Amino acid sequence: MPAAILPSRRRNYILSLARPSNIRGRSRTKRLMSDSTIDETEVARFAALADKWWDPGGDFKPLHRLAPARLSFIREHLLAHFGRDPRAARPFDGLSLLDIGCGGGLASEPMARLGFQVTGVDAAGPNIQAAQRHADEVGLTINYRHAAAEDLARAGETFDVVLALEIIEHVASPGLFLESVSALVRPGGCAILATINRTAKSFMLAIVGAEYLLRWIPRGTHDWRKFLRPSEIARGLRPHGLSIGALAGVTYSPASDSWALSQDHEVNYMIFAKKRAL
Amino acid sequence: MAVVGGGLAGLTLGIACAGAGIKVAVIDREAPADMLALPFDGRSSAIAWGSRQVLEGIGVWELLRAEAQPILEIRVADQGSPLFLHYDHREVGDQPLGYIVENRVLRRALLERAAALPDLSHLAPLGVEAAEPGLSGTAVRLSDGQTIQAQLAVAADGRNSPLRKAAGIRTVEWAYPQAGIVCTARHEKPHRGVAVEHFLNSGPFAILPMTGNRSSIVWTERLETAKRMMALDGAGFTAELAKRFGDFLGEVALEGPRWSYPLSLLHAERYSADRLALLGDSAHAIHPIAGQGLNLGIRDVAALAELIVDDRRLGLDLGNPGLLGRYERRRRLDSVTLSAVTDGLNRLFSNSIEPIRTVRDLGLALVDRLPPVKRMLMRHAMGVLGDQPRLVRGEPL
Repeated sequence: MPAAILPSRRRNYILSLARPSNIRGRSRTKRLMSDSTIDETEVARFAALADKWWDPGGDFKPLHRLAPARLSFIREHLLAHFGRDPRAARPFDGLSLLDIGCGGGLASEPMARLGFQVTGVDAAGPNIQAAQRHADEVGLTINYRHAAAEDLARAGETFDVVLALEIIEHVASPGLFLESVSALVRPGGCAILATINRTAKSFMLAIVGAEYLLRWIPRGTHDWRKFLRPSEIARGLRPHGLSIGALAGVTYSPASDSWALSQDHEVNYMIFAKKRAL
Repeated sequence: MAVVGGGLAGLTLGIACAGAGIKVAVIDREAPADMLALPFDGRSSAIAWGSRQVLEGIGVWELLRAEAQPILEIRVADQGSPLFLHYDHREVGDQPLGYIVENRVLRRALLERAAALPDLSHLAPLGVEAAEPGLSGTAVRLSDGQTIQAQLAVAADGRNSPLRKAAGIRTVEWAYPQAGIVCTARHEKPHRGVAVEHFLNSGPFAILPMTGNRSSIVWTERLETAKRMMALDGAGFTAELAKRFGDFLGEVALEGPRWSYPLSLLHAERYSADRLALLGDSAHAIHPIAGQGLNLGIRDVAALAELIVDDRRLGLDLGNPGLLGRYERRRRLDSVTLSAVTDGLNRLFSNSIEPIRTVRDLGLALVDRLPPVKRMLMRHAMGVLGDQPRLVRGEPL
């Protein structure tokens, strides 16, 4: 499977090589104009960490810690949106879900356990291999594919739910990315995004704090200039028929050493957006 | 998930989780029929109000309700002293302070409920050789050569927990120079739901009301004396029993066999390891003075079941370290406090040095006259103090 996809992927890499120095102004226009969301250096960085995804004490420890808060936002809004039974063992049986930038499958696997028919895509081949290996080991059926969001959108695929968790801050062209996300959502379906806000506080906490002082995540994981504000995401989705249904912050509490949903969107936040039924 | 050990705590956890739609294997060395036979376990347990809530919430209480004796009052008295502490359930609400249930009755109800749950498989009699954790699950190897792949293994295999030892979790333990003699006494007059705890010089002597004109006796005695008591013939033993029991319920007779258990305290350094959680006695075995051992185990169950069900509803792997860390934090304070309190109580009350006796009598009388302090102690004994899991609060999982 990867062999067939690779050539076109390489072409995309070249087109996206020019990384914007700033999200505003000319360079931002350039990003929005690109026909690929793939940022080669980002892809290479995550590909190198592919075998670390499922080590709860390893490089992706912060994502493991973040998971319960993130998943409860997803579950709560999807239960309400689709009117499903909160006590069911597999409340989302019969619904399809696409996890964009699935990495090692940290969100794909929980979604599969909850009943979704899950497709996971990632621009880094080694991630897909690691994700597939892990799903096989734990006995979950997930359709993992080495692809970018726009590949699926161009092929006209649609899903009941599209997840884009901690991925938009790593793509080369957020405008195209949001357009692809919108196209991938079936009418009456919804999308959930998680990312980091572009604020002074997020610079202090997500870059200076998490990467330099606490060393929770490797230095250079994030480029603050690529972070988007909730309003920017809303603006990117609206023209394509998606409206924001909910916004929540995900904040760290040092007292309980855990993450929880909150009203503070200044650093990590999540967006629930729905598409009108036809 | 795999629960290793199908005793009271292990089965209760299995039922709580399977009732919420989680696939559970409960593995036990003993055949269920043997566990229900009288010589297996003649003890009764004090079920605190909070534990009753848990059993009710998982559909077990209705199966034993008729055989549970409510405790309406607790009288604590020091030997030969007129001062005593008196707990009446009406001081904290309408509910009884707790119940006395024979372990046999509890086991029968648990087995009956377990058999009705399609998501629970009770594998017994079968041994567990090892639980080998890996990144995607833990392999539980059974004595018949089978292997069960589970996300989480729970060691409910008792105070000598082989799984705990294999995981390299160390314990702090010490033995008391005492033994607990357990038997059932039949008496002439009804007990009216009153539990009595006499603090004798050799240790506490508890009379716990059972259904009918019967009381369960938990008699703490110095090791030497206990050995002597156990060697006595029926008539001799009954005479010793009656001497300590007193005559307030008329004539007293021994009913059925008697048992003797060495008393010791054990506390595990950690309650979890890689894809392993310790439950009940494998994590903490406390002195039975306050009748809180099983209640502590049931509170473990309520906390762990809630964490497991919540994480399963999020689709998470049940062996995730976050879950185990939260379990550790939620349970440690409760069990350390209780171990220290019961150990302290035992040390305080198991002697006859005059100044200590005077102080403890004054202490009891003082507590009796300070309603807020007393209510707090009662609520703790009832297992309803502090931030409690949903099952303890009487809410569904």
